[in-house]
Amino acid sequence: MHQALKRGPSFPPAVIVRPAGLRKRWLAVGAFAVLVALVAGVSLGPVSLPPGSVAIELLNLLPGVRLDSGLTEREIAIVTELRLPRVVLGLLVGGLLALAGGAYQGVFRNPLADPYLLGVAAGAGLAVTVVLTLGVGSGGALSGLPVTIPLAAFVGSLGAVTMTYLLGAAGGRSRSPATLILAGVAVSAFLSAGQTYLLQRHAESIQAVYSWLLGRLATAGWQDVRLVLPYFLVTSLVVLLHRRELDVLSVGDDEAGSLGLHPQRSRYLLIAAASLGTAAAVSASGLIGFVGIIVPHTVRLLAGSSYRVILPLSLLFGGAFLALTDVVARTVAAPQEIPIGVVTALLGGPFFVLVLRTARRVLT
Amino acid sequence: MIPTPPGPGTGTEAAKIGAPPAVEVRDLHVRLDGVPILTGVDLTVAAGEWVTVIGPNGAGKSTLLRAVGGLLPAPDAVRIFGTPLGALRRRERARVVATVAQSPVVPPGMAVLDYVLLGRTPYIPPLGRESAADLAVVDEVLGRLDLIDFRTRELATLSGGERQRVFLARALAQGATLLLLDEPTSALDIGHQQEVLELVDRLRGQHGLTVLATMHDLSIAGEYADRMVLLAAGRVAAAGPPREVLTEQLLSRHYRAHVKVIPTPHGPLVLPTRPGRHP
Repeated sequence: MHQALKRGPSFPPAVIVRPAGLRKRWLAVGAFAVLVALVAGVSLGPVSLPPGSVAIELLNLLPGVRLDSGLTEREIAIVTELRLPRVVLGLLVGGLLALAGGAYQGVFRNPLADPYLLGVAAGAGLAVTVVLTLGVGSGGALSGLPVTIPLAAFVGSLGAVTMTYLLGAAGGRSRSPATLILAGVAVSAFLSAGQTYLLQRHAESIQAVYSWLLGRLATAGWQDVRLVLPYFLVTSLVVLLHRRELDVLSVGDDEAGSLGLHPQRSRYLLIAAASLGTAAAVSASGLIGFVGIIVPHTVRLLAGSSYRVILPLSLLFGGAFLALTDVVARTVAAPQEIPIGVVTALLGGPFFVLVLRTARRVLT
Repeated sequence: MIPTPPGPGTGTEAAKIGAPPAVEVRDLHVRLDGVPILTGVDLTVAAGEWVTVIGPNGAGKSTLLRAVGGLLPAPDAVRIFGTPLGALRRRERARVVATVAQSPVVPPGMAVLDYVLLGRTPYIPPLGRESAADLAVVDEVLGRLDLIDFRTRELATLSGGERQRVFLARALAQGATLLLLDEPTSALDIGHQQEVLELVDRLRGQHGLTVLATMHDLSIAGEYADRMVLLAAGRVAAAGPPREVLTEQLLSRHYRAHVKVIPTPHGPLVLPTRPGRHP
């Protein structure tokens, strides 16, 4: 301590230590993972195409590029109209779920937070069950209404988050992040009960509802991509711009407040953005589990615990992970498809254990 | 690099030249969840002064500090260097007032350098990143607090005394001239208590800081404070130099404690005594 009492030593430290932040190396690795997922996702399938030709065909999509890939017209159509939109959707949905999971973990300072924490899953589940049992084509009470499943899932998700928010806000000024999590649990339980009741009454729709619940990336061309893209852009922009604020929030609300932030305002803005992105992802591809919790934690273990690292890398690796998982889901039991949610958990679980063990060995 | 306060020197000098006090609290009322915590508190801290708030558990010490730090709605009751808190924007306020909470959250995995760098938040544009100047300030503060070798260490792996120094470094990096310390030594052994308080006092002298602290250890609080404020049941029960506040009569009434106060050249020593054993 006597050294600390030296008077004003304003010497520059000998070794420069850089603050936490996204290193270019990791950004390159993330971009590379996305490229690999893109090429692999488009090449692999019932008709296998040579990855080199696929890469050339992908380059041809860029304006001004005209190269000969050696693929036939039909193969080119498979690439651009069937597989590419599906892979791109996987990249968007995976990126959104991982980004939203990372943001939720930061906002709630809770490593177990996932994008479905505030009732998104239950809200979407109930809404979709309502549509499938009472709505379109089922001869039910709502069959006259032009309600699609994606729209129902989207509205159900946001409705549930709004309910959670209103219930949590009833706690008044003293409400804490934990109040909101508890409200989410209550809303989820309430909506799930409604869903279970409907399924009991309409046992014939159980198959359809479950196949939706487990998630899928099957698309009708570029339509789903166009629907998700605007939400993807808004959510990523808002969340990524707040990545530094999430680091400040990690030291506690009082500290963040005394550092000049408005913790409550940042928190609700981030929750709104992450929930919007999650709702869009869910409406396009159902409830894909595990991505939102496993990807941010893997990034945290490998690349660093700052949200300036976690959030952008989660976006890249989440997208790559889901696109590659989808390759497995549609090839392993071809021509059948395994629900992608099953694959994310089956692959993701052991992979996460591996990362956990490796990281611990490296750190100690 | 660290801004100097208006008017250097001790509180009395500053008062003589008419500079506004660092903290001026007038008739502060705070209710939390409908429960009145503070009921009409008045408090003045001159620029450069060290004032320590004492009082029994639940007296409202931390609440008073949070109100002065702008963390509770008290728009007009609190003035900082003459400006009402409500008239300051959050980032402006953060450049003038720095708070070290009683037990700050230690974020898992965060390195000391990154933690101290958070102190530059009020200078970093909301969507921007830290500049070379911010890094230079942080390096300077780390050097001053002998923390250079700790830069890459995880905050969670540091000892209590080291952590307290890091918390102080974060507050200093804020460049604030008013330091609010809530129980800065409650988790430390007696040696580290002295170490931290000596450090605060030295920094106060070097940078002309004003210190408003809360403390539980009365004797050590009396040694470092210019003035003390005894808070009891949400009101100021006594205020003045340590020898006027640390009296057997005041302490036994407001703490319901059995103590003996021994005057020494350093200030009063407060000794707890067991009732009935020492007639």
